[in-house]
Amino acid sequence: MSARDVGSDGETHWHEERRAIVVNAAGVGVAVAAYGVSFGAISVTGGLTVLQTQLLSALMFTGGSQFALVGVLIAGGGLASAVATSVMLGFRNAFYALAMAPVLKVHGLRRLVAAQLTIDESTAMAVGRSVEHDGGRASRLAFWATGISVFVFWNLATLLGALGANALGDPRIWGLDAAIPAGFIALVWPRLSDRRSWTIGLTAAAVALVLTPLLRPGVPVLLTAVVAVAAGVLAVRRRAES
Amino acid sequence: MSATWWAVILATVGCYAAKLGGHSVPERFLERPLVREVSDALPIALLMALVAVQTFAVGQNLVLDARVAGLGAAVVALLLRAPFLVVVVVAAATAAAFRHLGWAV
Repeated sequence: MSARDVGSDGETHWHEERRAIVVNAAGVGVAVAAYGVSFGAISVTGGLTVLQTQLLSALMFTGGSQFALVGVLIAGGGLASAVATSVMLGFRNAFYALAMAPVLKVHGLRRLVAAQLTIDESTAMAVGRSVEHDGGRASRLAFWATGISVFVFWNLATLLGALGANALGDPRIWGLDAAIPAGFIALVWPRLSDRRSWTIGLTAAAVALVLTPLLRPGVPVLLTAVVAVAAGVLAVRRRAES
Repeated sequence: MSATWWAVILATVGCYAAKLGGHSVPERFLERPLVREVSDALPIALLMALVAVQTFAVGQNLVLDARVAGLGAAVVALLLRAPFLVVVVVAAATAAAFRHLGWAV
């Protein structure tokens, strides 16, 4: 077998891999679309305008934070707690960006676009691929394909949900108020992987409920950041001891 | 400009800054153990707090209504490894059914 044959085998393999990545990216886009419809509908029935709802999907473009912002505002929480909860949830994207930067190697305008597409789905699809054997080619394609696919489907779905919301009438009849916590538990579910994460999660839930009658809506959720800080300090201290 | 507009703008700027920051900051800041541990725990704490509040709170009151049934259905769907879409739809449908049948408000 000559070197040339090996090369063309590699290219054939790449063609197949490339197609699989694009198909997967489209699949992820379709999956988040349903969530996007519920975001659009919940946001508009909760009192945001169609324009505000759409701008969140286009410019904020990180589902958990969008739902948090809208959820806290709908619940009557103030501006500050809505923004703080939303931004703190979006902070995880900074770590995704940190993981993606050495693989993407982008600068200037491309970096600005890559930053916007740095979310749960695009990072998960990209980091699942080894960068050693192909210098990150598949990983980069997975990132861009998934990011663009999710962006397009998420925004179309938001518009559909936002425009359809007015036709729905009372969101409670359709159980849309129950869709919000269901969306949050589905988002956190993959992270509840061990006893420690369950302890953090259930403690935070309990703290939020205990504080709910005492403080303005939105503030109890915000204060559970203290639970995360305490868990972090404990983990670092325990590791230092061992 | 309304408070809602300010919330939309400020939170959008904050979330984008987090994304761009991760692409731009020196690794050593984000790789400090405490920063990493806290940021692993932060989404778990905030999301579970949101689950609790969005299920049991109406304003500052704690109530039991059809959302609890919806959340229960969502957990069952997750245990059965249902995809995201199914989890959300099942929760909404369950809450809607409980209200329709008069089992919960």
